[in-house]
Amino acid sequence: MPGGQAFITETRAATLAAGIRLFDVTDPDQGIVHVISPELGIVLPGATLIAPDSHTCTQGAFGALAWGIGSSEAEHAMATGTLRLKKPGTMRVTFAGVLPAMVTPKDMALALIARHGAGGGAGHAVEFAGEAVRALDMEGRMTLCNMATEFAAMTGMIAPDEKTFAWLAGRRYAPSGPQWEAALAQWRMLASDPDARFDREIGIDAGALAPMVSWGTSPEQSAPIDGCVPPDAPQRVLDYIGLASGVQLKGTAIDAAFIGSCTNSRLSDLRQAASLLQGRRIAQGLKAICVPGSSQVKREAEAEGLDRIFIEAGFEWRESGCSMCFYAGGESFAPGARVVSTTNRNFESRQGPNVKTHIASPATVAASALAGCLADPREIA
Amino acid sequence: MARPFSEVTSLPLPLLRDNVDTDQIIPSREMKSTGKTGLADGLFAGWRYIGTSGREPDPAFVLNDPRYAHSAVILAGRNFGCGSSREHAVWALAEYGFRAVIAESFAPIFAGNCVRNGIVPVVLDAAAIAAIAGSGGPITIRLAEQDVSLADGRRWTFAIDAEAKAMLLDGLDAIDLTLRQAERIAAWQGQDRAARPWIYLEKPA
Repeated sequence: MPGGQAFITETRAATLAAGIRLFDVTDPDQGIVHVISPELGIVLPGATLIAPDSHTCTQGAFGALAWGIGSSEAEHAMATGTLRLKKPGTMRVTFAGVLPAMVTPKDMALALIARHGAGGGAGHAVEFAGEAVRALDMEGRMTLCNMATEFAAMTGMIAPDEKTFAWLAGRRYAPSGPQWEAALAQWRMLASDPDARFDREIGIDAGALAPMVSWGTSPEQSAPIDGCVPPDAPQRVLDYIGLASGVQLKGTAIDAAFIGSCTNSRLSDLRQAASLLQGRRIAQGLKAICVPGSSQVKREAEAEGLDRIFIEAGFEWRESGCSMCFYAGGESFAPGARVVSTTNRNFESRQGPNVKTHIASPATVAASALAGCLADPREIA
Repeated sequence: MARPFSEVTSLPLPLLRDNVDTDQIIPSREMKSTGKTGLADGLFAGWRYIGTSGREPDPAFVLNDPRYAHSAVILAGRNFGCGSSREHAVWALAEYGFRAVIAESFAPIFAGNCVRNGIVPVVLDAAAIAAIAGSGGPITIRLAEQDVSLADGRRWTFAIDAEAKAMLLDGLDAIDLTLRQAERIAAWQGQDRAARPWIYLEKPA
């Protein structure tokens, strides 16, 4: 953003003065906060974790109570070590069954928000549960919890289990030795009891889900990739997004594709996109960018040769960060461009002046980049 | 300390749409400093001005309607303030002169930011919001009584968390309020540090 330089300069001075560890832009551990905190084992089960960023709920994937706050609350937390908080209601969202191929945690989140509204989780902390959630790896769980804020929930969380513990073991800020054993004993008691009662319950059949893509300017305005813009879509939204009611989403021509953000920029996201891109070329004239979520993700992806796959397919391979999810750094897509993006918000002008954003999974974005239009990853794999 | 709030009477600005997000309230390109001021000019910039870089008012956007030039209240739909946690959205609204937002629901981070900056988040149902918009007249919001009324006597009550209400009424500083319990906080942290030492990172050397 235009004040970015001032922000960085002031942050450096303030953290130095206060003795706060800063992961600066040149640090080998640099990255999006919700990517590097789990990488370094800063988030732990049972921790209370806050950050002045709405997607802090991502880290609820580790069984932490993690949520986003504003600047004043951040000031309060740093001054007092506490926050004043009204206890939220409790909601459990249970995804039963097994996810079909090429249907991802991003599609689970978009399906939930499309069915129950972008305000559907208001006033509640959400626990994601069920067979399809248990089956997700930690990175997939982070994607699902990441989108809880787009559901207006205070946070999303997933009960920690052996996958969580295995993921954290040996990370830099995670406990080790006897403390690790003591921590494990506590963490194993954190899951909700089998007979736990929630203020609200939502059930979704994961086996019936399809790849999702947004058609409007709120994440709730999303539909299966083989669906259409609904007949009752608000005219103001249609005017902005340049689509008509009843139009099929699949086949809508795009100008650009973006893979990145705190939602979908981890190694498994890049691997999934690369599995579709390998040996293929994106559509001619398309601008396509991949931005790993952290310097570590970038190094690991390069060690596997994923960077070559992206570059040979026609993608730009960038330095890690929030990048073009929201105009950070001042760079954006061309005015009015239609972009298919693994980010979390399809708000008006979020990715640049009058840019029309369609949010989707890394698989759907990769498939669409190859086709030059919104495309179904199940038809390419 | 935020400006204390007791009551406000104003013609409400009708922004009757759902999911008004913080990227619309203050686009990131309008956040040009690390401070809380200089933001009113960028309020709703994408909707308020013609084009993306200029400052020519778009007469089609309600904020530019001279009838609402002195509105201190916004009337909106569901899930107002969704999206980014940027407190700049609330700072921009406050600097422009808004004292309250009436909506069917709010995004939680935005509502918390409002309370810390002297803006009252008023939740009313869709029927009440439609009635207020339909009346075309001024409303009075009273915080102590937790009500919204029209000049013709129609009146709706709203719920607000007791602590949020107290902070808004007196413009209380939350940090001062919390530090009154510093001893209890220190005692709890001492006990927690013994039980969960791995939660407490040591300062870097």
